Amino acid sequence: MKHTVIIGNGIAGTTAARWLRKLSTQKITIISSETDHFFSRTALMYIYMGHMRFEDTKPYEDWFWTKNRIDLVKDHVNDIDYRNKSLGLASGSEIKYDNLILALGSKSNMFGWPGQNLDGVGGLYNFQDLENMEKHSPGLQRAVICGGGLIGIEMAEMFHSRNIPVTMLVRESSYWNNVLPPEESQMVSDHIRKNHIDLRLSLNLGEIKGDGTGKAKSIIVKETGEEISCGYVGLTAGVSPNVGWLKESGLEIERGIMVDEHLATNMPDVYAIGDCAQLRQPKPGRRNIEAVWYTGRMMGETVAYNITGKTVDYDPGIWFNSAKFIDIEYQVYGDMPAQHDESTESLFWKHSDNEKSVRINYEKSTGTVKGFNLFGIRYRHEVCEKWIKDKTHIEDVIQNLGMANFDPEFYKQYEGDVVNLYNQKSGKNLTLKKKRGLRNVLSFLGA
Amino acid sequence: MKFIQNIGLGLFIISLLTFVGMLGVGHQKLSVDHIPGNEYHKTAITTAAQEAGILDTEMSNVGFVSNFKQVLKTAQNEQEKLSEAGLPDDVDEWNFKIGNWKMDEYASSAVKASAGGPVQDNPWLFFFLTFGLAIIGGLLFIIPKFFETPGIKNNGIYHDSLTRGIKVNLRSGLLIFTIIAVIIYGFVREGNLFWPLVTIAIGLAITYFVFFREGSKDNNPQRSASPINTGWLGIIAGFILIGFYILLYWKPEYINNWVTMVNPLSNSLNGGEASRWFLYGMMYTIIMLVMGIRMLAKYQHNKYQRVRTYSVMFFQTSFAFLIPQILAKFNMPAPDLKNMWPLDYSFFFDYRLDELASNGTLGIFMLVWGIVLFSIGVPVFVFFFGKRWYCSWVCGCGGLAETMGDPFRQLSDKSMRAWKYERYIIHGVMVAAVIMTIGVLYTYFTGSYSILGFNTASLKSWYGFFIGAGFAGIVGTGFYPLMGNRVWCRFGCPLAGYLGLIQRFRSKFRITTNGGQCISCGNCSTYCEMGIDVRSYAQKGQDIVRSSCVGCGVCAAVCPRGVLRLENGPNTDSSRTAELRTIHISEGEIKIL
Repeated sequence: MKHTVIIGNGIAGTTAARWLRKLSTQKITIISSETDHFFSRTALMYIYMGHMRFEDTKPYEDWFWTKNRIDLVKDHVNDIDYRNKSLGLASGSEIKYDNLILALGSKSNMFGWPGQNLDGVGGLYNFQDLENMEKHSPGLQRAVICGGGLIGIEMAEMFHSRNIPVTMLVRESSYWNNVLPPEESQMVSDHIRKNHIDLRLSLNLGEIKGDGTGKAKSIIVKETGEEISCGYVGLTAGVSPNVGWLKESGLEIERGIMVDEHLATNMPDVYAIGDCAQLRQPKPGRRNIEAVWYTGRMMGETVAYNITGKTVDYDPGIWFNSAKFIDIEYQVYGDMPAQHDESTESLFWKHSDNEKSVRINYEKSTGTVKGFNLFGIRYRHEVCEKWIKDKTHIEDVIQNLGMANFDPEFYKQYEGDVVNLYNQKSGKNLTLKKKRGLRNVLSFLGA
Repeated sequence: MKFIQNIGLGLFIISLLTFVGMLGVGHQKLSVDHIPGNEYHKTAITTAAQEAGILDTEMSNVGFVSNFKQVLKTAQNEQEKLSEAGLPDDVDEWNFKIGNWKMDEYASSAVKASAGGPVQDNPWLFFFLTFGLAIIGGLLFIIPKFFETPGIKNNGIYHDSLTRGIKVNLRSGLLIFTIIAVIIYGFVREGNLFWPLVTIAIGLAITYFVFFREGSKDNNPQRSASPINTGWLGIIAGFILIGFYILLYWKPEYINNWVTMVNPLSNSLNGGEASRWFLYGMMYTIIMLVMGIRMLAKYQHNKYQRVRTYSVMFFQTSFAFLIPQILAKFNMPAPDLKNMWPLDYSFFFDYRLDELASNGTLGIFMLVWGIVLFSIGVPVFVFFFGKRWYCSWVCGCGGLAETMGDPFRQLSDKSMRAWKYERYIIHGVMVAAVIMTIGVLYTYFTGSYSILGFNTASLKSWYGFFIGAGFAGIVGTGFYPLMGNRVWCRFGCPLAGYLGLIQRFRSKFRITTNGGQCISCGNCSTYCEMGIDVRSYAQKGQDIVRSSCVGCGVCAAVCPRGVLRLENGPNTDSSRTAELRTIHISEGEIKIL
């Protein structure tokens, strides 16, 4: 019986194991030193905030693994012998594999700041990071978070939920404006401030000062030299592939582990998926490393097919992502750059409450719709994706825009306002033809 | 803000202490006029009371109840003896002998008649000190929430001893203990061993099926309960609720002061003296209104939740409480017109049918309304809207769960094992309700109490005791702080079982998932009060069609990524509920779907 070993029990590794089990009868082992069982990393914040317990973040009950004959090993892999296909574990034991899947995830970026290894300094990526935050929280007077982005705001929300004052140092001139267009970025910045989080823009971390006992006591802002005293320093300046320990092993690594379109590495029968994988040839418009939940899941599925002998290219389809900025939900479908180029036209509608917006980008010349940015309003993934895939004309899209609305019943719909905005801009006289509802959607998707 | 909330909490605790403490206030002083019963009974009880020396003596409520029960027992034995010697000419056996079923009624009525003290002198004062302070305290605690930034704020729920739950083993232990205690008490009270034994046998059979036939023995549901036992406030809250229900259902002679306190209110509403059911109905309505306001504050950003909360508040206040009061004032039958069989299990009981039959057009209308509601209303409405139209918009039990129970919704057990128990138990109760009702109707129309060798009266009585009071009240509500707010709706309610079957097989209602957006965080499953593992569907992109879903919409509300939506659509396209629903492996390359 073939034996596939997966290093890492995150979403990528777990999805790979589940699909291997669906597609084959081979022996499957998952090795992780983080936790005994797979949990949802994206839900770490909710444990801290008291919304959920760790148990609730586990998508499968503990008996699931035995029932599906997926062996779980809690151990740390120290070295990989590609020639003999064997793994050396921290416990001293050895595991042989026929196929190896590396799903190693990321680690928080540290840019060599003085004091970055002090006690009371940490990122937010794995379970141990959460424990570290928890340990330093009792009696905490202030936390400083260095770095905007999605993890930075999550960490800010976490401390905020326990009424711990938070200062956020953000390199950009407006929150996450390297990803979000200026209007949306401004809206989120306003929302952060509305929640009494001390958002400081265009500033960087200079150094972290210790109190002499090895514990962080303050930070120095690089640009101004200002000292902000704090009991915890969150480092959330992004993540990078967790591959440092493999650099000399013969595995081809740039920033991440280099993989082809079948997610195979340069070593025989070794694959890499999820945050740690770097695609040699990403699909047009896509980055070579995409450290998001969804791509990890798709890669896990793809690698399972390839290992079980059905050769499939990794095809993540049309880009989508989502997040929540404190109380504002965010969804994106398609290509929505922070700064769109000349050939693109952008239709942007914002609600007067400064917490809801819709942006639709389309090509100026052909009217082809390219993507959607939604804040505080939910749109249907399948509908938006189909519009983009079918290169639908913007006027078709906005006249049927109600169909995309996924907000709960009784919520006010703003698609009419978007149509009016388009009419103002273009001098046309379009009307909204379809409202929210499943009937239209199913016939549209079925067609 | 915090300061105001703490004052509110303080007032609430004072009201709760007063509520409990007032039961010990005042005295009982029995005089001959207070003794209940027809002339034979009255004479017998008076004689016994004289012999016992309790007449015109001041006693505490508890002391009096035990003495008076002794007196009743003596009188009962005496009548029994006399009747053996021969009944007087003008009376039948049961007007002469004192039947067991009369004992509680006589005790309550003697307690009521002979009570005196501060509560009797100042009912409004005590009403203010209990209900008044509780309402003021509750509102002071709740209203500041309207000024928080709108959005899902479940912060600290699992840090709070009241709402964090307890370990699965302790929880199961408490549950089993409670069920066994109720069954034993039922045996003592009903004097019948047959149905308690049947109940235990069914319970063991279900456990056997769940553990061995369906293989849940080794599927330890760790994930479904707290890893530590620090939810002691939850345990206390559970015991308070259980204690309340025991007194209300089975020991009303000890809660006379509570009933007395609401007498003036009852008088002004329906022109009559308060009963314990008036007290309960009023309390239920007040709790739902105050905690409904809490829901409105918590979900100020969510219109679906707000509309739904207004709906349950409205139906409780009008249909369940005020309309019956008004009907009673005009001496008309006063049912809760939104309640229906088989949840309203006494709908076809003889006394209710007789009452409706003797009230002309109105009575006939009420009878037809009740039958049409469950026979036509349910299938039609569930077809279009799912069972939510009833369970989370109209129903009183559901309304209480959605208001008072909301802080506990996360404690529902999401394990596969619990789901297996649920399916056996809820459908078992449904079958029991149907059998019991057939028996009752058979007796009503034929006059015979025996059907296939079973006694219809004892089954009816056991159903009322064990399901109606024990399951729906003691366990169903008492376990809110331990097993979540829908224990009854999920495991017990026969109407929910019936609505659920239609929802599962013939309804336009389902929860749709938004493509691939799920991040498996688990908020939806955690906050599902029915214990549905919503995430297990959402992460596969599968639409959710489950018989138990009451459509409260909280999964969609707590989802941080906008993945879930309650919809009434065209009949379910089965591919959308398929097990393997991949979204991003191009179909041209892989054909497994």
